[in-house]
Amino acid sequence: MLAFLLRRISTALLVALTVSSLTFSLNFLSGDPAIALAGESATQEDLQTIREAYGYDKPIPVQYFNWLTGALQGDLGQSHYLNQPVADEIFQRLPTTMTLGLSALVFALVLSIPLGVLAAIRPNSLFDRFALTVAVVGQAMPSFWFALTMMLWFAINWRILPVSGSNTWLHFVMPSIALGYYITPGVMRLTRAGMLEVLRSDYIRTARAKGVSRFSLMFKHALRNAIIPVVSLAAVQFGFMLGGSIVIETIFAINGLGFLAWESIQRADLPMMQAIVLVLSFFYIALTFLADVLNAWLDPRIRIG
Amino acid sequence: MSTLQNNAPTMPSEALVRSPRQMMFQHAKTHRGLMLGGFVIAVIVLVALLAPLIAPHDPYAQMLSRKLIPPVWFDSPKTTWDHVLGTDHLGRDYLSRLMYGARISLMIGFSAMLISGVIGTILGICAGYFGGRVDMVINFIITTRLSMPVVLVALAVISIVGSSLTVVIWVIGLLIWDRFAVVVRSATQQVRGLDFVASAQALGSSTPRILFSDVLPNISNHIIVIATLEMAHAILLEAALSFLGLGVQPPTPSWGLMISDAKGLMFFDGWLIAVPGTALFMLVLAINLLGDGLRDVTAPEDRS
Repeated sequence: MLAFLLRRISTALLVALTVSSLTFSLNFLSGDPAIALAGESATQEDLQTIREAYGYDKPIPVQYFNWLTGALQGDLGQSHYLNQPVADEIFQRLPTTMTLGLSALVFALVLSIPLGVLAAIRPNSLFDRFALTVAVVGQAMPSFWFALTMMLWFAINWRILPVSGSNTWLHFVMPSIALGYYITPGVMRLTRAGMLEVLRSDYIRTARAKGVSRFSLMFKHALRNAIIPVVSLAAVQFGFMLGGSIVIETIFAINGLGFLAWESIQRADLPMMQAIVLVLSFFYIALTFLADVLNAWLDPRIRIG
Repeated sequence: MSTLQNNAPTMPSEALVRSPRQMMFQHAKTHRGLMLGGFVIAVIVLVALLAPLIAPHDPYAQMLSRKLIPPVWFDSPKTTWDHVLGTDHLGRDYLSRLMYGARISLMIGFSAMLISGVIGTILGICAGYFGGRVDMVINFIITTRLSMPVVLVALAVISIVGSSLTVVIWVIGLLIWDRFAVVVRSATQQVRGLDFVASAQALGSSTPRILFSDVLPNISNHIIVIATLEMAHAILLEAALSFLGLGVQPPTPSWGLMISDAKGLMFFDGWLIAVPGTALFMLVLAINLLGDGLRDVTAPEDRS
């Protein structure tokens, strides 16, 4: 286990390092950042002052090193637009995105796991086919269109949910569904496949023979083993959802990281964008790492392989 | 009794002459999802190709005196058969914009899929065939790519470089090759150990030759399946980027952009988002159905 952990940690760190250098290299796509900051009419002296103030006059590796060591100490740079540390704004917005991501995940799991189990009880039955059809149809729905359509019906026509904002839990209902439904097909299919495999095993036959009730057999005996791959998929998908929440947050005006990212793009605030990409990537790396460790802990075959 | 006798002798002889390819086509013809998806795609492709001939109006022509006419099935005095799907906030014919929008979606989806397909296939085939260190490095590249949020990175890059059709295609293509790489890698690993690869090696074929004429044709079914799914993915991404204002730029008719334009008006005219949204949904659903069908027919072992 220790060897596995060490190997996995070093990969995660190396990935994080590569991601950080890729994020940093966004600087060079934009041309001279000093001109972007000062505007076209700036004098050479102004540009020089800005370059020195932001450290753009130093060699690139030195800039990268300074940026990275800063980031490791929680200093993600200075926002060009807000004129305050990027990190402050990000950590202020992070809880909102986390709330949205978690509630979307809960919605997706609560919907897809029972559906997967029920579909596995009678494979190829009418219900199974119905669940698969719903999955295929759901996967084809553009999330922003789905979000707008929900908004139209639930907020405008029926007036049962607030249109936008993030003040109460009611504000999170539609965004969570819009963000979470996209991962339900994957989770459902994996639950179904896992259940089908587990239901064939000997210990299920034993449990059946000793007269365990059907509900307990499915949800206690079988699901516990079938759920292992679902847990790691859910962790990975949670990372994807945090990254993909930008569209949903923009539509529902939810004051989270995604909305901040969109605002920063409108304001051409590069340090803020870079910091958000970095934070979300690191979250994803951490989540996949946790998922892998959890899997290895549960299944010894992975540790050795 | 007589019907039984008539049928019995013809069955085995028919089964004998069918090649695996024929059996595959037979299977494809009876696969409902595949046929339905294929049909819808064929219709949309045809509409896109013939748009200049069949579109009733110029998709760019604005006529402010005729703005926001609802589609013909609405109960409104404004509706007219001249604008079957109505007009948008600038008085442009919605049906014509929808037809031209199909060109944008298909072109971006197809081109981005080609770019990501080439990248992903090269990476996957090398990782799967060579294994060892090469596999480790390529796996690392895939993991790194997966850790970066696609929409966010695409938006950031496009906002810096500036938006155009070419930029959107390249950014999407350079971002979504991961599934190609993962699937091609595992398919290659399976093929690598087979006898015909070993005999090609024994014959002294060069490595590029083995990869191109022995491995690649035998994993092409996997590639085609992923290609359809990634094309759908690219189309959805383009729509999302255009919706956020950083994809295709106005006045180009793109479905995502049409939804974005209608956002402010949707509370009064819901059909403005329903029409392009339905088109987008149908296209993506059809491509996914085709992809799932192709997988069932050609590579059933991929089904999870």
